[in-house]
Amino acid sequence: MSEFRSSRDGRITDERPWWDTFPWWSLIIVGLLAWMGWQIIVSDDYGLAWERIIPGLGLTLRSTIYAFGIALAIALIAGTGQMSRNVIIRNLARTYVEFVRGIPMLPLIFTVALILVPELTNLANTRLDAWFGWEFKLSFEMRATVTLAVIYGAYMAEIFRGGIQSIPPGQIEAGRSLGLNRRQTMRSVVLPQAMRAIIPPMGNDFIAILKDTSLLSVLGALEITQRARQFSASTFKFREGYFVSAFIYLVLTLSLSVLLGVLERRMSRDRKGER
Amino acid sequence: MNTSGTPVSDTPMSGTPMIQMAGVSKTFNRTIHAVRDVDLDVAEGEVVVIVGPSGSGKSTVLRCINLLEVPTTGTVVVDGHTLTNAGTDLDRVRAEVGMVFQQFNLFPHLTVMENITLAQRKVRGRSRAEAQEMGMRQLTRVGIPDKADAFPRQLSGGQQQRVAIARSLAMEPKVMLFDEPTSALDPEMVKEVLDVMLELAGEGMTMVVVTHEMGFAKAAADRLVFIDEGEIVETGLPEEVFSNPSHDRTRAFFAKILY
Repeated sequence: MSEFRSSRDGRITDERPWWDTFPWWSLIIVGLLAWMGWQIIVSDDYGLAWERIIPGLGLTLRSTIYAFGIALAIALIAGTGQMSRNVIIRNLARTYVEFVRGIPMLPLIFTVALILVPELTNLANTRLDAWFGWEFKLSFEMRATVTLAVIYGAYMAEIFRGGIQSIPPGQIEAGRSLGLNRRQTMRSVVLPQAMRAIIPPMGNDFIAILKDTSLLSVLGALEITQRARQFSASTFKFREGYFVSAFIYLVLTLSLSVLLGVLERRMSRDRKGER
Repeated sequence: MNTSGTPVSDTPMSGTPMIQMAGVSKTFNRTIHAVRDVDLDVAEGEVVVIVGPSGSGKSTVLRCINLLEVPTTGTVVVDGHTLTNAGTDLDRVRAEVGMVFQQFNLFPHLTVMENITLAQRKVRGRSRAEAQEMGMRQLTRVGIPDKADAFPRQLSGGQQQRVAIARSLAMEPKVMLFDEPTSALDPEMVKEVLDVMLELAGEGMTMVVVTHEMGFAKAAADRLVFIDEGEIVETGLPEEVFSNPSHDRTRAFFAKILY
């Protein structure tokens, strides 16, 4: 396609017409969602599917938020750990990140939730039982959430590392030459700037965790996908069950990306230093 | 300077040097010899200008003074503190050594005033009010007190560099290091920065300046040091080195540049 066009009055323009730049995709998606919503209201089958699936929303959101919170803590430790001057810490952090990132999520979920977590809790509990006559139990839902956190902790560690390493070395040199120590330079100079590079991909990972809570259905957690499976299997209404679950996910993820877009725009305005 | 009971000297050029570099070498990756066996003493109040071809190691020599670059061998003593001893508290000494960079290196997420008060508060332990008062004094000194609330990217290059100088001066350093402070500036902004540096030199600040501004060297330098291939080739009064260089390499260098 040519980079410019001649309009009817003979003038040359490189501006694109409104219909070329209009976000048609958003109209299509809003239309589809509206149609789905309408079906849920008017159709008995869709209405029933909705009633049976929507109770899973709470668990989906809860595990998303818990998993994200725990992953954030893990990522901060593993991300900065990879830049540690201590050779052991650095290599442990790197091992964790490379290991987790190299294995598909589903087998990792089985491994962590069905082997690692029970083994570790058993190990801890034999001691706790002997010392305090008490042991703790992790529900399947919590095991699954921890698993997601362990996985996303590795992905998010890379975001932390990338964000911190995106700060030019001159910034650190300026801080150190003013007499700030390593920690002070990190806290007052590097991290505040790195946050701008870190927050947008973190938001994307929040949305990704939300979607990946669907994998917890393989552990029997009664979140949206598991409820959709149960509904479909018991009623043979597969279309209704999976359309409704897709509808719920889409509403959640699209609203989150809109929020994220607003946040990013606000941050880029700060960056220009406008007051 | 004379806090440890050493005899008071009334002339700035006598007594213990503010900076003593002895046998300083810096090797990168065991193969690239950036600095070779440099000996350089700078007296209190002295202005030393370092010149030399690009890649000659002059910036590395400067960066060895506050140990931003750790020398491979040799000793660096600043104000009586041996920085090349493993036990020395580098942060404490660095607070006494201001550094101005080619790329300014202002903190872009902070306002001009916050740039200037950060280290004063964290390192010197000053209150916000004290730090701001000192900040305002230094901003006035470099001629831009009206920019206190601006962000760095709202300023011109020359203004940014003057803020960087004010930021260092607010720590009340004993030494100021300048690493090609005007090389990243548009030509019309060079003078405003050099004027500030000239004034500082006139006030008796100990300064080591790496620059290509021969005009500044002539006007302010007590001593000119010519470095090539990581070695000090020649050192002397600026006029002498300019007009009558005793070494071929120095002559070749000055023949190539306009000043």
